Amino acid sequence: MTQGGEDVKLLGAWASPFVIRIRIALNLKGVDYEFLEEVFGVKSELLLESNPVYKKIPVLIHDGKPVCESMIIVQYIDEVWATKGPAILSADPYDRALHRFWAYYVDDKWFPSVSAISRAQTEEAKAEAVEQVFAGLKLLEEAFQKCGKGKGFFGGDTIGYVDIALGCFLAWLKATEKMTGIKFFDEAKTPLLAQWVERFCADVAVRGVMPETDKMVEFAKMLQTKFKAAASAK
Amino acid sequence: MASGGEVKLFGMWASPAVRRVEWALKIKGIEYEYIEEDLSNKSTSLLEYNPINKQVPVLLHKGKPIVESLVMIEYIDEVWNHNPILPEDPYERTKARFWATYSEGKCRDAVGKVYFTEGEEKENAIKYLEDIVRVLDEELKGKRFFGGENIGFSDLVLGWMAFWLPVAEEVASFEVLDSEKFPWFASWTDNFLQVPVIKENLPPRDKTVEFFQNYRQQRLAA
Repeated sequence: MTQGGEDVKLLGAWASPFVIRIRIALNLKGVDYEFLEEVFGVKSELLLESNPVYKKIPVLIHDGKPVCESMIIVQYIDEVWATKGPAILSADPYDRALHRFWAYYVDDKWFPSVSAISRAQTEEAKAEAVEQVFAGLKLLEEAFQKCGKGKGFFGGDTIGYVDIALGCFLAWLKATEKMTGIKFFDEAKTPLLAQWVERFCADVAVRGVMPETDKMVEFAKMLQTKFKAAASAK
Repeated sequence: MASGGEVKLFGMWASPAVRRVEWALKIKGIEYEYIEEDLSNKSTSLLEYNPINKQVPVLLHKGKPIVESLVMIEYIDEVWNHNPILPEDPYERTKARFWATYSEGKCRDAVGKVYFTEGEEKENAIKYLEDIVRVLDEELKGKRFFGGENIGFSDLVLGWMAFWLPVAEEVASFEVLDSEKFPWFASWTDNFLQVPVIKENLPPRDKTVEFFQNYRQQRLAA
C-alpha cells in the first residue's frame, strides 16, 4: 500500500555478494537508487552510523531509515515495492517457508563450506572441504526441483528469494573455479543447477551487477596477498 | 478456531529453539500434538522430515514439514492471522527480524563460548557476552519489550535468554545478568517471564540445570 519514496541509497561495494543480492532485488523491482561505494578497508561515517551493531555492508537507506542484513533487506524490498515487478517471495506461506529455509541453508551451511576450501591448510583438508561443497550442491539440485517446480528459477518463472541468496556468489565461484580448476556447477553432476547458472547470470536484473570473472580473480588475488602479509607480520 | 490434529511439533523439552515455537503456537491458540524426541536415538519420522539438519524442532502442518524455528514462527504468523507476532509495517518488520537474527547469529554463540571454555578463554568469553548483552540493553532503552508494549517476534526469538541464560550462569558459574550494568535487559527478562503464555510454558528449572550440567561435563571431557 505504501509506495516507496524516491530516496533510496545503498551502501555497498562492487565485489560483495551480499551487496549484489540487494542490487538484484532493486533491479527486479525497477527501483532507482544511489549506490554509495565504500572504500575497501575503510568504514565510512555513514556506514558506522547506519549499522552500529555490525558495521557491515550492505545497508539500504530508504527515506533516511537504515535497513541491515542482506536477506532482511531483500524481504523489505519485496514488501515495500510489492506492486512493482515480480514477487521475490511467493504469497503461499508454505512456499515462503521452504524458500526461507533454503536461503538459511545457503548462508549457514553451504557458503561456509565453500569458504572452508580456501582456508584448508592441507591437501587432505582441501579434498574434504571440496567433498562437502559437492554434497551441498546435490541437495541444492534437489531443492531446485522442489522450489522451482520445473520452471527456470528456484522462484519459478522469475528470479526469487533462493535464486538471489545463492546466485549472488556466482562471480566469486567462477573466480574460484578459474583459480583452482574445480568445476562447481558440472552438467554431469548437477544439470539443473548448471543450466540455472547461465540463465541467472544472463538475466537483465543480474547482468549489470555481477562482476566479471577476471575482475573477481584480480580481487581475490589482492585479498590473498593482503592476508598473507598480515599473517606473516604477526 | 485453530484446528488440532493437523499440527505436530517434534521437540525436546530442554531445547530453547523448540520452546519458542511452542510459545508462538500458544499465542495463536493452535492445538498441536507434541512429540518428544530422544536426541541420542532419533525417530525415523524426525530423520524423514528433517534429513538435512536432523534436529528439533520440526513442525508438521497437514503432513508438510517446516524446519528452522524462525521460519516456523513466521509461517505460523502467516497461516493464522489473529494475535499477530510480526508487526504490519515493513520497516518495523525489518527491526523484528534484525533482532531475531542477532539472537541466532551472535547471542547463542556467545553463551555457548562461556559454557564450554575455562580459564582465560572463559574470562574473554564472558567479556564478549557482556558486550552482546549491552547491545540488547541499549536497544531496549525506554521499551518494555523489543516488540513495544507487547511481546513480538524478537521477544519470542530472544526470549530464551530470559530463562536459559540464568541457567547457564548457574551451571557454568558466571554472572552477566547484572541489573545495575544492564537495567533495561534485566527488566525485560523479568517482564518476559511474567507474560502468561511464557510463564506457563517453561521447562522445570531444576531439571534444566541438571540437563545442562551433564551436557557441559560431557563436552568439556571430550
